[in-house]
Amino acid sequence: MNRLLALAASALAVSGALTCAPAMAQNVAITGATVAMGDGSEPVENATVVVQDGRVVAAGAGVAVPAGVPVLDGSGMWVTPGLFASLTSLGLVDVSAVSQSNDIEADDSPFGAALDVAPAINPMAQDFGYSRAGGVTRASVTPEAGASIFGGQGAIVDLGADFDAVRHPRAFQVVEMGERGARLAGGSRTSAHALLRNALHEAGSFGDAAQLRSGGSAGGGNTVVGQDSRMPGNTDRSGDVLLTRFDAAALVPVVRGEQKLYVRVERASDILAMLALREEFPALDMVLVGATEGWVVAEQIAAADVPVIAVALRDLPVSFEQLAATQSNVGRMVDAGVRVAIGGYDSSGDHPRNLPQQAGNMVALNRVPGATGLTWGEAFAAISSVPAEVAGLGGRVGVLAQGAHGDLVVWDGDPLETSSAPILVFVDGVEQPLTNHQTRLRDRYRSLDESERPRAYEW
Amino acid sequence: MGRHSNKGGPAALLASAALLALAGCTAGSGSSALASTPTPVAAAEEPYASTYEPFPGVPTAIVGATIYDGAGGMIEDGVVLFTDGEIVGIGGADLAIPAGYTRVDGTGRYVTPGIIDIHSHLGDYPTPSVDAHSDGNEATDPTTPEVWAEHSVWPQDPGFSRALANGGITTLQILPGSANLMGGRSVTLRNVPSRTVQGMKFPGAPYSLKMACGENPKRVYGGRGRMPSTRMGNFAVNRETWIEAQEYMAEEEPGRDLAMETLAGVLSGEILVQNHCYRADEMALVLDMADEFGYRVSAFHHAVESYKIADLLREHDVCSAVWADWYGFKMEAYDAIPENAAMIHQQGACVVIHSDDENGIQRLNQEAAKAQADGHRMGIDIPDADVISWITLNAARAMGIDEMTGSLEAGKMADVVLWNGDPLSIYSRPEMVWIDGAVMYDMNDPQMRPVSDFELGQPGEGDVK
Repeated sequence: MNRLLALAASALAVSGALTCAPAMAQNVAITGATVAMGDGSEPVENATVVVQDGRVVAAGAGVAVPAGVPVLDGSGMWVTPGLFASLTSLGLVDVSAVSQSNDIEADDSPFGAALDVAPAINPMAQDFGYSRAGGVTRASVTPEAGASIFGGQGAIVDLGADFDAVRHPRAFQVVEMGERGARLAGGSRTSAHALLRNALHEAGSFGDAAQLRSGGSAGGGNTVVGQDSRMPGNTDRSGDVLLTRFDAAALVPVVRGEQKLYVRVERASDILAMLALREEFPALDMVLVGATEGWVVAEQIAAADVPVIAVALRDLPVSFEQLAATQSNVGRMVDAGVRVAIGGYDSSGDHPRNLPQQAGNMVALNRVPGATGLTWGEAFAAISSVPAEVAGLGGRVGVLAQGAHGDLVVWDGDPLETSSAPILVFVDGVEQPLTNHQTRLRDRYRSLDESERPRAYEW
Repeated sequence: MGRHSNKGGPAALLASAALLALAGCTAGSGSSALASTPTPVAAAEEPYASTYEPFPGVPTAIVGATIYDGAGGMIEDGVVLFTDGEIVGIGGADLAIPAGYTRVDGTGRYVTPGIIDIHSHLGDYPTPSVDAHSDGNEATDPTTPEVWAEHSVWPQDPGFSRALANGGITTLQILPGSANLMGGRSVTLRNVPSRTVQGMKFPGAPYSLKMACGENPKRVYGGRGRMPSTRMGNFAVNRETWIEAQEYMAEEEPGRDLAMETLAGVLSGEILVQNHCYRADEMALVLDMADEFGYRVSAFHHAVESYKIADLLREHDVCSAVWADWYGFKMEAYDAIPENAAMIHQQGACVVIHSDDENGIQRLNQEAAKAQADGHRMGIDIPDADVISWITLNAARAMGIDEMTGSLEAGKMADVVLWNGDPLSIYSRPEMVWIDGAVMYDMNDPQMRPVSDFELGQPGEGDVK
């Protein structure tokens, strides 16, 4: 414990010194730690990680620390890339049951696909800080479908303690195509498919007519944010249209394959129906979200080269579209060659900062005869590099590769173990505060002594 | 209580142990004169009685494992002996193993008592979670002490098997939901597959009354323009109802009244109270209400702010049945902190880790381990063996069944989990689970994995899940 405290203290000293010299704040080296690269490989002991100017310079055994880079002794610690949490509501909600504080879905909105989470995200929401303290440094923020099958456009954020959270606005579009999509579409999957196909056709022709340029996909290969494709064109549409002009414009980059389409779907047959849709719309850049029965059609998903974001531990037939649910879903899909990120939170207890628990259970599963889990390296990749790749940020976050963002987490033990937690968190090489409402409450109520004055004076 | 007396051996023990447990509860149920008043209506035979009987087992010796006994004890390289459904011995490597015992190699493995979930809705909110299965809240009146959760339980809920195989759950309390101030009677079940709920009922377990304070009742009924629509309305309705129960108990020949029979059971100490409550200030008010009417709260459930009043909870000897780290999903959960369990424990009050969730019930061991670690990081070091009691003996105690199960003690039910590693590690899973000495799950035997009727012929039938 003394070593941990010393490490924390030294890190704080580093960042304190940096207040006067901001550029240096983005330089840090950690030596002697057990390092997990995030790329699926197994952890490396007694390794070093170097971050300069906010980017990873080197990571591994035998790495030398350049002169002038502050060094932290990480012996006894683990160092990993920051976690990438997919499908979060970070910054969209303070208290989910307090509707005024909840911007996750817009049930009564006249818009669907045009909805954009980017301007609604509040990086000061407590859940940002709470997730950061759990080692989450990047996340996708995902709207839920409310009034139509389209949920709108999600964004990729970093969890640095500043207002500059949205790094990739309009990174993907969300569409509901399972049981929920059927209800939103008017009562049947038939209507959901008709609505989706019609919308994509409208967007295709609308884009041509309006001569819209699109952008904003995080998959664009650079960090430049493209022109917002919703910029209204001046072309009047005629005839039989269902989408508002704004919604149609929002779908232009989807139908062109320039913006990812996150398809929420669970049932094996629904997955195949979505994969088949690419015959009609070959450019679609789909991600399957949910895919509880994905293992049943894992070969087809792999052949289609469509990635998946799945909840790791679903094992109950919660609905008729999840009858084949098993905790082996992720492992079986990975074995079939599918890229699978772990993400999604089924109960109030599932939280982005509990992603290591989901991943750790995948490792435990390998010891159950007949079950298929993940190796440690695969499991950690499923909450770091793989979700980053799925988001279109492969090689840039979620991995300790040269040139990647300097998002580091220093843990007090194996990060997948229940007993471990982050000690230090860096975003782009900058050490982050780990305090939040919850830690302040903890500190206030360490003692219940009110003999001198009420606890309210302890802050 | 005599309904098991037709059976010898362990069953007879159960019946007498149940009496002991109830006596303990009554003694601790406060000072009101009403506490000693007998229940006015005593049916000739208890209705919907348990038909559960232990399944056959063989005399078993688990040898060489690390044992957490559930009562705070730990033995390395230990031996657990059980036969005829009962624990007969627990000790170190030198404990003699009688002839005829089947040895189970526990080398590198861990043994705990069967895991107990004090707060589950399996069966009354079963999967598939379709509207037709939504049987957990009789949300048509703010006080429904007349309903019994067992009349909603669907024994074919696939969730029972997951709780067994992945969570090592051997006993669980099914509660009505929290829409109502008084939601109805709970039922305590053995986690055995059964065609009927009676075949799962824990013989001799006392009933509990589920109560709820805070947001849920006032939201459900206030939203319909009826009382209660405020927290003060919650208390007013509760107090009026308790007065009604006192009047009922004072009648010389009271007629049958299902609601009043339940409340009279509470006031006479035969029925425990499991009280859903989040906020510290509300828990303190509930404790005063219990004093006002002469009953005792066995456990506050969810209790996310127990850490603010852990001293008060210790003084009142009330358990807190909590999650490790659920927080923020509703206003009254905004101040939930991951250190809650450890801080309650530190003050000397009783901690139970509960699930309230068909997924969480599969990982109570992991939730307990997380809560322990969060305490450790703030300087509260709680031994592993004590942490195991949060999901075994403490739960049993708050359910009134601690004389029968919850720890590995001679004479208690042979409810045992063999884990393939330390149960407080993420990397461990139940390897075998015994209920009353009968093997109900074996990780290494695909046939020893129950499959509910619902899952037959479905994709993944008999899968590892």
